[in-house]
Amino acid sequence: MTNRPTTKTFSTWEAVIGIETHVELSTKSKMFCGCPANIPDEPNTACCPVCLALPGALPVPNEQAIEGIVTIGTALGCTINESSLFYRKNYFYPDLPKNYQISQYTFPVCEFGSLDVEVDGTSTTIGITRVHMEEDTGKSSHVGGGDGRIHDADHTLLDFNRAGVPLVEIVTEPDIRSPEQARAYGAELQRIMLALGVSDAKLETGSMRFDANVSVRRVGTETLGTRTETKNVNSLRSLQRAIAFEIDRQVDVLEDGGVIVQETRHWNEDTGATSSMRTKEESEDYRYFQDPDLLPLEVSVQWRDRIKASLPELPAQMRARFRGAGVDAATAEILADSPDLAGLFETAVAGGAPGKLIGNWLTGEVIAWSRREEIDVSESDLTAEHLIELATMMNDGKLSSTAGKDVLTAVMAGEGTPNEIAVARDLLQVSDEGAILEAVDTVLADNPDAVDKIAAGDSKPIGFLMGQVMRHMGGKADPTVVQQILRDRTRGE
Amino acid sequence: MADLADLTIAEAGVGLRRGEFSSVDLLDAVTRRASITEAQLHAYLTLDGQGARMAAESADAAFADGKDVGPLQGIPIALKDNMCTKGVTTTASSQILAGWKPPYDATVVQRLKAAGAVLTGKTNLDEFAMGSSTENSAYGETRNPWNPNHVPGGSSGGSAATVAVGSAFGSLGSDTGGSIRQPAALCGVVGMKPTYGLVSRYGLIAFASSLDQIGPFSRSVADSAVILDAIAGWDHYDSTSIDGPVPNLAGSLETGVKGLKIGIVTELMGEGIDPQVKAAVSTTATQLASAGAELIEVSLPSSEYALSAYYLIAPAECSANLARFDGVRYGHRAQVEGTAEDMMAHSRAEGFGPEVIRRILLGTYALSAGYYDAFYGQAQRVRTLVRNDFAAAYEKVDVLISPTSPTTAFRVGERAADPIAMYYSDVCTIPSNLSGDPAISVPIGVDDAGLPIGFQIMAPALGEEILYQVASAVESMAGFTQRAALASSEVVAP
Repeated sequence: MTNRPTTKTFSTWEAVIGIETHVELSTKSKMFCGCPANIPDEPNTACCPVCLALPGALPVPNEQAIEGIVTIGTALGCTINESSLFYRKNYFYPDLPKNYQISQYTFPVCEFGSLDVEVDGTSTTIGITRVHMEEDTGKSSHVGGGDGRIHDADHTLLDFNRAGVPLVEIVTEPDIRSPEQARAYGAELQRIMLALGVSDAKLETGSMRFDANVSVRRVGTETLGTRTETKNVNSLRSLQRAIAFEIDRQVDVLEDGGVIVQETRHWNEDTGATSSMRTKEESEDYRYFQDPDLLPLEVSVQWRDRIKASLPELPAQMRARFRGAGVDAATAEILADSPDLAGLFETAVAGGAPGKLIGNWLTGEVIAWSRREEIDVSESDLTAEHLIELATMMNDGKLSSTAGKDVLTAVMAGEGTPNEIAVARDLLQVSDEGAILEAVDTVLADNPDAVDKIAAGDSKPIGFLMGQVMRHMGGKADPTVVQQILRDRTRGE
Repeated sequence: MADLADLTIAEAGVGLRRGEFSSVDLLDAVTRRASITEAQLHAYLTLDGQGARMAAESADAAFADGKDVGPLQGIPIALKDNMCTKGVTTTASSQILAGWKPPYDATVVQRLKAAGAVLTGKTNLDEFAMGSSTENSAYGETRNPWNPNHVPGGSSGGSAATVAVGSAFGSLGSDTGGSIRQPAALCGVVGMKPTYGLVSRYGLIAFASSLDQIGPFSRSVADSAVILDAIAGWDHYDSTSIDGPVPNLAGSLETGVKGLKIGIVTELMGEGIDPQVKAAVSTTATQLASAGAELIEVSLPSSEYALSAYYLIAPAECSANLARFDGVRYGHRAQVEGTAEDMMAHSRAEGFGPEVIRRILLGTYALSAGYYDAFYGQAQRVRTLVRNDFAAAYEKVDVLISPTSPTTAFRVGERAADPIAMYYSDVCTIPSNLSGDPAISVPIGVDDAGLPIGFQIMAPALGEEILYQVASAVESMAGFTQRAALASSEVVAP
């Protein structure tokens, strides 16, 4: 099979992509019992009769989890159903204690939402089909095999700490058209989860995970092609790569006259390829039916409205606000993605500092220092007050822009306030007109030739005179002020 | 003097409080009775002698200290072996749970303990409560105390038999399609299924969650109300339990039936009902009319389909409820080479008995893609019709009456090979499970063979007060005082 570049295939083929995202909620307790949802490292230490599915145990829904899913649905512009139903999804697997998962089927908590994503400046609206509530499974560790997969393992260890952790599934319409859009969707969804504070949304630990449904069709056709579902996608980069691979694979199969088999495929990060896990014929009949242990889930209008009213600012709203404060789109995104930077930016700008300057500092020197020193910005000594003070000093011409950056770095390292550092390092510029005037007059008197040339219309010697004045003042004069006075003085001759 | 083991809870309570005997004396009496009868009956799977003695001693100590938590204090009570008891083997009569000791108490067990009851042990049942004769137990069948050649009914046959024979003063059973009322009828005791949600199911090993309900067996209607009162009420751990006031259970026991409208269900008095059973029920109905009740013939047209609907809904739910028994975390694990899936499949095949496997397969099929609508979906629609029928009936009458079981106790083995005949045992009791309404069986007499006949009273949801009111009237009118043959003092160990 040849691997042709994705860009090439798009001339005749169009990808149709939908994404299912699972998000573990960071609630205090599990979905249907009182065990902690914050999973301890020691296996099987956060378990009880309910989440181990002991005989006779019954589920009781977690109100905080319901609040979480309603918050997510509200942020995604969904309709919140006043009454929704829990179903049993039946399948046998050793790490699924009841051998059915409590999930939702018809009548999920949230439906009919959307999310806007931007790729290369173009915004696309991705429809959200549904957001439903379910519970996580335990974890299987396959031991004895080479790559931790089940096929060549000689035994399996089970940890039920994760079993029953609240899980929200977010399903899109097949509105995504490219791997890049898919990645942008995943990234934006992750930002929203973090902004809402409902999940730690870590892809690497699996507290947020994606399944990608991919099909291709000839450009211009309306009917959908046969789709595959790719699992085990553990990063945004993998999401993009796995989808790109799957599009290429499907196009190759079709161009070679083959047919796409509806199946579940497994993404292998190391080989950069998907492989077949099971076909539709082998797939489970989940025998969904309404869970008789649980009553319909009621979300009152009052509850729904209260959640809506207390919804925090969403990342897109924050980015728009930051752009309004004078930063470009890329800077706004970096700031909005970091609560620490966003907080510093907002407080500094609210304190009168210019947005563009603060944005540049934060995304430039501040991030660079943090990476170099391997210290979180929040762990550094930098405060918004420092930024305001420093910006004011810049504005007053007390520091050169280079000196300003040095001072910023020193502030982060804990050397003191900007003024203390500027004084200690002797970086303060003189912008006192009297002192500069005196130096200018001395320099002009010493250089009559230059003065004459300027008077004759040749402005080149201005630079020379600037240098002389600065040298005279030990390099600490505000160049803007020096230049202004020089011009005034020479013009006036 | 009568044997202490034959007292009602009310009588025992009086004696305890007068200091005529102790809780330990009561426990000794039922233990002695069990030692005489168990060889023939096999009503108990586990006798918790040590736990019971400690509980009896602490009840006696409480009495001595002047502490009295209520009418069950010091009373020996038995539990169906599908209710979890912390540290005491709980098997649901299945090999798959052989030797399993739960790490927690069911809510009803906690409540009985809190009420001062002395829990004697765990009684036999049809495996996972699936059956109507207690023959489907992996640990051997229970026999009828009136005639050991006959079945005690089921699935709570053990709990019914202990109360009938005097090896417990009362007991708890669970009723999914009649599993309390039918064995109560066949064993000549009072058996009551409360309104769905009145008693917590937490810790009851589920058969069919939307139908299962725990309720009491007793030797009198008043005792039944006392036990129910101790276990009823909202429980945080059961989302389907009713969050509201518990009906006043004992309040109307003596008020009679004058002016009440009583509906006799025509569909449950026709073909398929044994003539002697029918005659006895008619006699009692006539007595109710003589006592001032208005007797009205009422039709429940959908009851014809109730049995079929039940045998789709219950197996469907059980197919998921019993999925957890897979040998992974507890219970029987097959020793097989191969994958985890092989181990799970073999554990289940080895651990479950034939009736359980039959119902799991039925239920799995009924829920399968392409069949769901025709089977499970259709059954749910019938369930709605049954509810509607009951609602319409209760527009006209206060309670409904019928036989509890179409026949008296059948012979051991008689229906074992014919599941449909066995399923028909529940024809009179299943409608109340589908509607979720309370119902009670009160013994009213015996047939020519000397086997007891049960009279069923049904009431609307949370109508326990009027249910007990009518049951109490039936009890006194029937004047049924006969005791099971095995309970008589002439019985000796074989």
